Amino acid sequence: MHEMSLAEGIRGIVEDAASERGFSKVNAVVLEVGALSSVEIEALRFCFEAVMKGTVAEGARMEVDTVAGVGWCMPCARSVPIAQLYDPCPHCGSYQVQATGGTEMRVKALDVDGPAGAAA
Amino acid sequence: MCTVCGCGAGEVLVGRAAGGGRRSAAPTRGWKPAGAAANAHEHAHAPASDHSGHMDFGNGPAHAHAPGLSQHEMVRIEQDILGKNDRYADANRRWLAGRGIFALNLVSSPGSGKTTLLCKTIEILSSRVQVAVIEGDQQTEFDAERIRATGAPALQINTGKGCHLDAAMVGQALERLAPVDDSLLLIENVGNLVCPSAFDLGEAHKVVILSVTEGEDKPLKYPDMFAAADVMLLNKTDLLPHLRFDADKAVAFALRVNPRLKVFRVSATTGEGFEGWLGWIEAGLAASAGARRICQEEAAVVTGD
Repeated sequence: MHEMSLAEGIRGIVEDAASERGFSKVNAVVLEVGALSSVEIEALRFCFEAVMKGTVAEGARMEVDTVAGVGWCMPCARSVPIAQLYDPCPHCGSYQVQATGGTEMRVKALDVDGPAGAAA
Repeated sequence: MCTVCGCGAGEVLVGRAAGGGRRSAAPTRGWKPAGAAANAHEHAHAPASDHSGHMDFGNGPAHAHAPGLSQHEMVRIEQDILGKNDRYADANRRWLAGRGIFALNLVSSPGSGKTTLLCKTIEILSSRVQVAVIEGDQQTEFDAERIRATGAPALQINTGKGCHLDAAMVGQALERLAPVDDSLLLIENVGNLVCPSAFDLGEAHKVVILSVTEGEDKPLKYPDMFAAADVMLLNKTDLLPHLRFDADKAVAFALRVNPRLKVFRVSATTGEGFEGWLGWIEAGLAASAGARRICQEEAAVVTGD
């Protein structure tokens, strides 16, 4: 259930942005979540709604852009697509694949109403 | 941290630093942040029935977002969700580097033998290097008391309802515990093979412990932790003759998740296999202490001392 901590992290970022740019309502929070990151989207969605109550993002939608997993295959010496951390290289079948992309958990953008919308 | 609303001020407890005297009876009182009421948790949680009406559950394809279609203004943010934790972790890392302290974050399921392994490690190393321990558990000071019985100073953090240590908790613990220069700091995380993987505490390495009384397939079932770790200790190897546990298979699964993982097979009960583990720690200690001296010499050159 570290999704609650992640949701709190999102709230902190949204509140900082709101006080910095002066917008009063967030309609949607757009996240970028890697396929190999340690986040369970549906659990995060539940926590997100609970944590945003009483903030500028109360009732906001949580939108998720998924980033595909990428690994570096050591035998092939190139980047290959992987869906899980333990997937083999799709070309040579080796498990000597180190995750290099698709591990991110980021707040990408906010869909907002208010003065800062114009400023941005 | 409360898993209902995310509040945490009254839940996380950082114990006081105690111990250091061999076999001394250490006090076991906990510490609460200033201003925290004895029960700071009596606020109203939003009832579960409120979780309806607003969100777009199941409306449209999951995880889909089409930039540019919104009527509203989009503000670019581009910040890591765990950025705040990572900033605290960076501060901890600088604090530790400035003192030449080699810090390890030990993670595993409950019952893998982490505390016994720490006690054994301290027992062997304490004649050569100072060791301090930060213990993370949801409740009780039992583990810190076990560590203090070895003579090493230990500080207990109780996370309350929380499932992992975070960098801010460890930062507070460092100030209180005040480990000495060029020492070893062992942080025993909450027994949980999932959540602690995401939280950098400022350690030099995460060390994952898998015991042979668990399943060989755990690295595949909980890959995040094995991917985040640099070292795996396969513990309780003295029990292998009594079990149908395929150690080679477990190691192969772990390497499948993380090909760079360094593996030591150990028994904290018998001390079997400890040479490799302790040798690796001593190399890390020497590197941390060396880096501190180089930094201080460079600082002395800059200031003309």
